[in-house]
Amino acid sequence: MDVELQLTVENLLARYVHAIDDDRLEDWPGFFTEKGRYRITTAENFGRGLPLPIIYADSRAMLADRVSALRHANIYEAQRYRHTVSSTVVERIDVHTARATSNFQVVRIMYTGESMLFASGRYLDRVRLSGGDGRALFEERVVVLDSRAIDTLLAIPI
Amino acid sequence: MPAAHESRAWPAEGLARVPYWIYQDEDIYVREQERIYRGDAWNFLGLEAELPEEGDFKTTFAGEMPVVVTRDETGAIRCFENRCAHRGALLCLADRGSAKEIACVYHNWTYDLRGNLTAVAFRRGVQGKGGMLADAEPESQAPRKFRVEIFCGLMFATLSDKTPPIERYIGPEVAARIRRVMKEPVKILGGYTQVLQSNWKLYFENVKDTYHASLLHLFFSTFRLNRLEQKGGVVVGGEGGSHASFTMMKSDQSGDEYERAGMRSASGGYALQAPQMLESVDEIGDGVTLQILTVFPGFVLQQIMNSLAVRQVLPKGVGRTELVWTCFGYASDDAAMDELRMKQSNLVGPAGYISLEDGAATGFVQRGVQGASSRASVVEMGGRGVESNESRVTETSVRGLWQQYRKHMGL
Repeated sequence: MDVELQLTVENLLARYVHAIDDDRLEDWPGFFTEKGRYRITTAENFGRGLPLPIIYADSRAMLADRVSALRHANIYEAQRYRHTVSSTVVERIDVHTARATSNFQVVRIMYTGESMLFASGRYLDRVRLSGGDGRALFEERVVVLDSRAIDTLLAIPI
Repeated sequence: MPAAHESRAWPAEGLARVPYWIYQDEDIYVREQERIYRGDAWNFLGLEAELPEEGDFKTTFAGEMPVVVTRDETGAIRCFENRCAHRGALLCLADRGSAKEIACVYHNWTYDLRGNLTAVAFRRGVQGKGGMLADAEPESQAPRKFRVEIFCGLMFATLSDKTPPIERYIGPEVAARIRRVMKEPVKILGGYTQVLQSNWKLYFENVKDTYHASLLHLFFSTFRLNRLEQKGGVVVGGEGGSHASFTMMKSDQSGDEYERAGMRSASGGYALQAPQMLESVDEIGDGVTLQILTVFPGFVLQQIMNSLAVRQVLPKGVGRTELVWTCFGYASDDAAMDELRMKQSNLVGPAGYISLEDGAATGFVQRGVQGASSRASVVEMGGRGVESNESRVTETSVRGLWQQYRKHMGL
C-alpha cells in the first residue's frame, strides 16, 4: 500500500468536509482544480446512465457562483451539516492522478435544533496529486446520493 | 366530534380569501382523495417517453392511490390500480421495469398488462382438494382501471367517465402552450423527488403564483438578470385550474422600479463568474425564456430557459407532499445542447438557483398557520377574479385553482 498516497487523498477529503461543516464555503472552490468538475446526482440516475445532476459545475468559477448565490441570493433557513466519511479506497491512475471512492453520511442540523440524516451516498473522486501549491485537488468529484428523495431543499454542497 | 367541515364555511369574500383549515383538516384531505384524485380530475402519470417499449411499466400514484402504468402488447398506455384483487397487496413492487404479465408476490395471482386478472393460483385446488367454489367471483374485486389519455406525450388518467376529454379540460390557450414545449420527441435526462413539508395545495398555489417569483427567488435579480417589468403574462384556462405564465426575459441593466420600491430583491452589486450557464438558446423560436404551466390537480410543465421538466405533485398526507421531477431534452439534441441543459439544471430542483426556496416557502406557511385555522390568506393581487392578465403582479391563477377546487369539493 502506498501510504503517502493514501494519506494525501484522505487529507484532502478530510479538509473538504471540515470546510463545509465549519461554514467556510468560500474555501470550497479551492479544493478543486481550475477546470474541476463537481456533480451531485442520485444512484438511480447514475445507475440508469442518465445525466441529470442536482448540482453541476465544470469549473472553480461555477463553484464560486454557487457560494455567491448561497450567501447573497438564495433564501433558506439557517442550517449546518455534519459529514461523516468512511475510509477511502485509493487507486493510483498515473504519477499525477488517483481515483478515490468513499461512503458518506450527512446529518443536517436546522437552527431549531431539528436534526436528520439528510443524505448518504458515495464520493467518486479523481484527484490531482500535485495541483496548485503542491497540494492535492479534485479534478472531479461525483456525489452519488443513495436516495432519489431530498427533504425540502439542498442548499449547502455535500 | 362533528366532522370539521360541517363547521367550516368558505369566507364570504370568495376567491379573494383562502381559509387556513383547507391545508389542515384531515377530513378535507380524505374528501380530496375521493372527489379529485379518484373523481372527475385528470391525474398526471408521467411522460409517455418513460415507457418506450411494449411491456414497459412504471408505478406511481393517483393521489394516494397506487397505480401501475403500462404499455400493453398493442402499444397502448394503460393504467390500473396497483392492488391485487385477492388481499389487496401491491401488485408491482418495482418503480419501473418490463414484463409480459404481472404477478402478485403474495399468492401468485396474475394479471395482464391491462390489469385483467388472468389466473388465480390453485383456483380449482390440488388433486381435487381445496380451491375456490365454482361460483366464486374474485374478479369482482379486480384493480380499478383508469381512462387514459395522452396529450403531447403526457400521460393522464381518470377513474371517471364524466371528466371532459383532456384537451378540453386543460383549455385551448393553455393546451397551445403545452404544444409549444412538447413540440417534438423528447429524451429523458433523469429525475429526483423533492419532499415538501406542506399540504399539496400550498405547492400548487406556489407554482401558480407569479407574484412571488422575483420577490422570493432573488437569483436573477441579485445578478441583475430578471425583473417583473419585463414582458410576459398569465393565461388561466379550463375550469380555472390550468394556467401558463410566461416571460420574455432579457439581461436587464435598466429599470429602477425595485430600487424605488425598496425591495429586498434589488440588492444588486453581484456578478456571476461563469455566466455562460445562462447563455440560452431560443429553441422554440418565440422569444419566451420562461414558462411555467399547470393543470389541476398535480401537473407542472416547466421551461426555464433550456431547462425542461415535468413535475408531478403527489399528496402524502395533510402536511406532506412529494414533488416528482422528470427533466428532459429533445431527442434531436446535440452534445452542446446536452451540456447546456446540464448546466441549466442548476436553476431547478431541490438545489435550483430559482427553485430551492419553494421547497421551504410552502413549509413556512404550513408552520405559520398552525394556530390560525379560522383565519384566511389574502389573495387580492390583480383583483378578485380569474381573468388572464398581461401583468405578473397578479394572483389570478391562484384564484383559478380555488375556483376549480371548490367546484370539485362542493365547498
